[in-house]
Amino acid sequence: MSSLKLLGTRRSPFVVRVQIALDVKGIKYEFHEENLSAKSELLLKSNPVFKKVPVLIHGDHPISESLVILQYIDEAFSAGHQILPSNPYDRAIARFWASYIDEKLFPSLRGILRSEGEERKNKIEESIEGAALLDNAFVSISKGKKFFGGETIGFLDIAAGSFLAFIEAIGIVYGEKLIDEVKTPHLFKWVHDFRSDLAVKVNLPATEEIVEVLISISKASAQN
Amino acid sequence: MASHSADVKLLGAKFSPFVLRILFALNLKSIKYELIEQDLRSKSELLLKSNPVHKKVPVLIHGDLPVCESLVILQYIDEAWTHGPQILPSDPYDRALARFWASYVDEKWFPSVRGIMMSDGEDQKKNIEEAIEGAALMEESFLALSNGRKFFAGERIGFLDIVIGCCLPWMDVISRICGVKLIDEIKTPNLCKWAQEFTSDPAVTEHMPDVDELMEYAKYIIALYKPTATN
Repeated sequence: MSSLKLLGTRRSPFVVRVQIALDVKGIKYEFHEENLSAKSELLLKSNPVFKKVPVLIHGDHPISESLVILQYIDEAFSAGHQILPSNPYDRAIARFWASYIDEKLFPSLRGILRSEGEERKNKIEESIEGAALLDNAFVSISKGKKFFGGETIGFLDIAAGSFLAFIEAIGIVYGEKLIDEVKTPHLFKWVHDFRSDLAVKVNLPATEEIVEVLISISKASAQN
Repeated sequence: MASHSADVKLLGAKFSPFVLRILFALNLKSIKYELIEQDLRSKSELLLKSNPVHKKVPVLIHGDLPVCESLVILQYIDEAWTHGPQILPSDPYDRALARFWASYVDEKWFPSVRGIMMSDGEDQKKNIEEAIEGAALMEESFLALSNGRKFFAGERIGFLDIVIGCCLPWMDVISRICGVKLIDEIKTPNLCKWAQEFTSDPAVTEHMPDVDELMEYAKYIIALYKPTATN
């Protein structure tokens, strides 16, 4: 098998997605920790368009954008456990919600960190609404099973769950829980099940670590 | 899951490039469908029920199953109807490249292209710069992906051709209204040639909007939505 390298940073939810997916599929790879303030030649060469992580390099083929990488992994390593559902409609639903997370939910979450006062309140509100939408979607997508993907974690579980440390840290630092028993009962239970998965335990950063990151971001912007 | 033979409805809106993508794909696969034009200023029950999250077009309704987001719909069409030409390439790495560039187009390039029309002054300058950079990038990517052939996908149109091609009429309009030519013979000669091939393709020609009609529509939405300096 050609070599597999993952360029990333261990705290990035987008990188965590790829790590979880590779572990779920039992695929061995080499992890290269990047310093995002001093990006490597390899990163700049492999992702010249965005210069971001994660980048998966399979042989001499670089693939960028976490959701593109997840689908690539599933298709290039088609023996064994599939991350995407097999049915075309279920696949469409999984892609739709993964896209929603990246285009709507993540910008709201990031907005909480980058704003203050009234603007921050709005971003928190948006994030809570987004989580509620996802909670509602969980009911029809999971079809009574533990995960979005069914009995085992799949594409949408990974796309969403990679943000859990970040989401929980936001709850601690800003005092507003986005996922809880009352507002998002299904996601609340799903979090517990998701975190029990071995690939998740190994790769999801500790919430305390992310709390420290958020606090230092707040301090830095308060000083500016 | 809906079978091949279940009804196909497309909730669309005249002049929407994202809806155009779906029309191309349905044509390519020779899928019969009913086009239900939406009035986006007074959204129908059906639209609100089928796309409660975004309330936007296009929405493909297969049997009674709605699929939203144009890139998701294109892949759904390719996977639900396996007969006929494949829209996405078959090789996993080529698929990854097609998805990557589609994502770049929707998240970076098209917003700056649209921005040229809908902004003024410094903002417009920035949008023009970004859109021109985007065109240069796509010119390079076309050379790499087409490998000497007519389209991004090879000898026949595919995913990325459809994703980008839907915007060609709009780029034409922007060139006329704002004087910015994004695809031209000198700066992007290969894209220029590709654009000619694409617009003459049988799956595409019948759906391309009339440029004069599109100009009128563009002026109308500029008047309606563009923030003016005097506000």
